[in-house]
Amino acid sequence: MTPFELTEWPCPASGGGTRDELALTFDRRRDRRLVVLPAWFDEANKLRRQTVEVMRQLDGSGIDSVLPDFPGTNESRAKLEDQTLDGWRAAAAAAAGHFRATHVLTIRAGSLLAPQGLPGWRYAPIGGRQVMRAMLRARTIAAKEAGAAERTEDLQAAARREGIDLAGWRLGAEMFAALESAEPDTALSEIEQASLGGPGLWLRAEPGDDAAQAGALAAAVAGGIGAA
Amino acid sequence: MTDGHKLAPSRGAIDAKLRAILSDVLGLDADRVADFDSETGLFGHLPELDSMAVAGLLTEMEDRLDIVIDDDDVDGEMLETYGGLLAFAEGKAASA
Repeated sequence: MTPFELTEWPCPASGGGTRDELALTFDRRRDRRLVVLPAWFDEANKLRRQTVEVMRQLDGSGIDSVLPDFPGTNESRAKLEDQTLDGWRAAAAAAAGHFRATHVLTIRAGSLLAPQGLPGWRYAPIGGRQVMRAMLRARTIAAKEAGAAERTEDLQAAARREGIDLAGWRLGAEMFAALESAEPDTALSEIEQASLGGPGLWLRAEPGDDAAQAGALAAAVAGGIGAA
Repeated sequence: MTDGHKLAPSRGAIDAKLRAILSDVLGLDADRVADFDSETGLFGHLPELDSMAVAGLLTEMEDRLDIVIDDDDVDGEMLETYGGLLAFAEGKAASA
């Protein structure tokens, strides 16, 4: 079993130039190379182990894969608050180019960043509005629990002006507003959760993993790349 | 009487769907969730059910039960026990 490696890659910086970010890679310089655009925020934590397991199984099928950190996420030292949807899209395209990806696999909201023209798959995609809805709801529930009622509409209006703290993630105003209307990429082939033989792990209250589901997802990708 | 009103989903069907959702959210097998009764404690009793998990639970209920849950619907009583959550879901489905 090939261990994964952590590699730095030059990510476009908002003020011009680049800034190094990390990527988790299974890279043996093979011809078939997949860039993986992970789930976001709370779902990123719940799905990271599962995402790496899918990559490990793809490695066993002869496919290289790379999971880049985006600015403000995971090990990045950039502030999440400063990031924008367009900035993350540029980062996804740059990562695909730097690692010479031949295909892309997006997971959940990762589909919002799919680079144009790169073939591949979108696993259980969701739009920006759905991402925000769950996080806004978590915030209103926590506020109510603490005895301070907050209304979703008020939070949305304030977030469009000055950004917002949602479940521990500080989003800038530009990112929040862009996500309210961002829709998943439709050019990619969809892999539905129902086809993997179990419930989505993002639903779980605690992070988990499921080898059978990871195998089914890896098989769908490997079969598709083989046929492509 | 065929006056065009659709029948509300049966209580048993909502109960089964709600247990399936809780099984997915809590990562419990169906047998454990089948043992939940109306007094089984949820939010505030299960440490893994924090506000983010409850938000996911409510969003999944909206999708699978075809209901809309407003800010004002969410209170401690509906979330505290399985019986409270089921009564809420049944009420929403009947008025949907």
